[in-house]
Amino acid sequence: MSPLASTTVDLARIQFATTSIYHFLFVPLTLGLGPLVAIMQTLWYRSGDEAWLRLTRFFGTLLLINFAIGVATGLVQEFEFGMNWSEYSKFVGNVFGAPLAIEGLAAFMLESTFLGLWIFGWNRLSPRLHLATIWIAVLGSWLSGYFILVANSWMQHPVGYTLDRQTGEAHLTSVWDLLSNGFALRAYLHTMLAGLIFGSIVMLGVCCWHFLRGHDVELFRRAAKLALIVAVPVTLLQLVVGNRFGEAVTSAQAMKIAASEAQWNTCQPCGFSAFQIGGFTEDDQTPAFSITIPRVLSYMATGSFDGQVQGLNQLQAQEQSKYGAGNYMPNVRVIYWSMRVMAYTGVLMFLVAAVGAWLYRKRKLETARWFQWTALVAIAFPYIAATAGWILTEMGRQPWIVQDLLKTDQANSPSVSTAWIAFSLTVFISLYVILGVVDFVLMRRYARPDRPPTREELPEPVVTY
Amino acid sequence: MDLQIFWFILITVLWSGYFLLEGFDFGVGMLLPFVPRNESERGAMFESIGPVWDGNEVWLVVAGGATFAAFPAWYATMFSGFYLALLLLLFFLIIRVVSFEWREKGESPRWRAVWLWANAIGSTGIALIWGIGLASLIHGVPIEANGDYGGNFVDLFTPYTVFAGIAFVLLFAFHGASYLGLRTSGDLLEGVGSAARRLALPAAIVGAAFLIWTIVVAIDRNDKDVFPVVVPAALGIAVLALAVGFVLAGRSGLAFTMTALAAVAFVATLFTGLYPRVMVSSPNFANSLDVSGAASAHYTLAVMTVVALIVTPIVLLYQSWTYYVFRARISGEEIHPPEALTGPTGGSAAS
Repeated sequence: MSPLASTTVDLARIQFATTSIYHFLFVPLTLGLGPLVAIMQTLWYRSGDEAWLRLTRFFGTLLLINFAIGVATGLVQEFEFGMNWSEYSKFVGNVFGAPLAIEGLAAFMLESTFLGLWIFGWNRLSPRLHLATIWIAVLGSWLSGYFILVANSWMQHPVGYTLDRQTGEAHLTSVWDLLSNGFALRAYLHTMLAGLIFGSIVMLGVCCWHFLRGHDVELFRRAAKLALIVAVPVTLLQLVVGNRFGEAVTSAQAMKIAASEAQWNTCQPCGFSAFQIGGFTEDDQTPAFSITIPRVLSYMATGSFDGQVQGLNQLQAQEQSKYGAGNYMPNVRVIYWSMRVMAYTGVLMFLVAAVGAWLYRKRKLETARWFQWTALVAIAFPYIAATAGWILTEMGRQPWIVQDLLKTDQANSPSVSTAWIAFSLTVFISLYVILGVVDFVLMRRYARPDRPPTREELPEPVVTY
Repeated sequence: MDLQIFWFILITVLWSGYFLLEGFDFGVGMLLPFVPRNESERGAMFESIGPVWDGNEVWLVVAGGATFAAFPAWYATMFSGFYLALLLLLFFLIIRVVSFEWREKGESPRWRAVWLWANAIGSTGIALIWGIGLASLIHGVPIEANGDYGGNFVDLFTPYTVFAGIAFVLLFAFHGASYLGLRTSGDLLEGVGSAARRLALPAAIVGAAFLIWTIVVAIDRNDKDVFPVVVPAALGIAVLALAVGFVLAGRSGLAFTMTALAAVAFVATLFTGLYPRVMVSSPNFANSLDVSGAASAHYTLAVMTVVALIVTPIVLLYQSWTYYVFRARISGEEIHPPEALTGPTGGSAAS
């Protein structure tokens, strides 16, 4: 491949990575904060307690500011497959296009329409019906996540397809196999838990900000309790589910697991490298320093303390004999560290939640300033973990765009020049930086103790029929 | 019926739904800088589409997704070929989407003016680009023998396609004014009515010319006969004429029905003129992409058909209910913007 062609593919990859990581900074907060807001509104509906109504509106406003930018950046994702990856689109359209189209029709439509009803329906729908609209919008967002992950998981672990004899393109043979792909179900659970972690950790951090300022402590104590009730079990469960998801990856994408552990040679049993310096390239396979925990990698990758994990060198040889000469290893250093950043941040979030719950029981949550600062800083953790997780998932699949079927460097749009991509990348980055800054300023402004009133708190328009 | 034809029709329906619904949202956006006289009226105009624009926009998401699933080669060639145009479109889509939520989150006149203009420019730009883009499908762009786009950004701009873009902009501005004729009251309704009367004739004349030109392009560049393209075009011209009449007669309900049908007629004429091709190639006509060459295999289409037949009626049901819930007319007097914006300086900030 010529240097120019590889620059074109690299730029297209950078653009897709940038726009999708950015999109996913907003999506999981919507997935997680949505049900939390719905729960708060349900508590208000059931008890008539005004405190829950105030909290619903407070966190509802944050949800909507965040949702707007998620919608805007989601459009980019749908267009980009065709714009930058036309060869990919032709190859996968029969299979991958279906869940994407169903997502729009059956899920996103539901979410968008009912969120509109929720935002503007406070005085036009009965309280019961209005409560139903937020739950239906949440259902839409969770359905949406399912179809998107079905599509993504097909790239990681293709099922239910055959390759057309004439065109070589993938054709769907079983929609049931596609929708019940074990990889997709695990990825879905993992991602939805991540959403709930986003929602609860961000909510906890905002509550602690209010405690720090001594503002409305009684009110935010309730929200903090709800956040902790969700955060403690969910962060713990995520550690288990993440681990199980690793097993699915081991069977579908052995190379990804080997790279995420910088495991150069097949081992049995295998120790888990908790930290290492060096040992990330073919020329430097032995780390200069490492902390290894015996047998733990075997357990994480296979579910058994005696399991075998294949090494990068052996897998590379196997792949070459199957698919011809070439490099079949992803960037080991990036994959190794993204895995650890994700996992370690996950553990940290569990600790924050557990300590928070303990302080809450001791009635010290409102006074423990050290913890309040910690929880405020911890708002960044889910963002870090999710970004690292997607880098691991997508970069760990390289050089394949569809595992074992199509390579990334054969999937881009031949008619889109390097200059065009350089230009569009510049446009997206500039626009996204501006959007990000405005979003941050608005979120901060509306999360503050001295925030302005929201539209629901202003006098309602009088309507005439 | 052959599933490939069914999906070509369904995609026509999805684009029609998108322009029928989101078309008036664009129109309201275009009128924002001109019609309202104070912040309350601006608020009322945003309020008139606030609950529904997002659901309307999903029709585009579905049209895009359905094209990807049912006609992968069409999706691939069109989206990669129209790269820079779609980049510009995405830019307009994004600034418009965030403007709805963000405008009301600030109190300074300047902040609100920025997002009002973002909405107005975004709405106009989107209408213009879709007009040019969809007209290019039938007017023809360079396509290579292997199906890849072989042209450049400038190949999208021809007298016909640019005229189509202008026709889309004018029609949606008119459609937006006729929608507001149903959704507003008081002084704002008067302003809206005068906008609709002024827009009616230009939109109808340019629209009719665009429909006739499309028949010519279909015959000339896509090897079609006058029939059947003339049917949706003639119906389109008829509803445009009726729309003008109803607006001048002050029959807002009927006027809106006619502008809505005109949006459908635009899409129907373009796609009838396009069939059996999905993208005309010019100058090498033989390289044109057609329905059967671009379509997915039978199984995928069958699965998608089942899903579409079950889900679409449900979508239509709950979206219609949304319009019923928000049927009340809104006037400027009922909107209470923050005090900072209602004073003598704030009130005229964006005009």
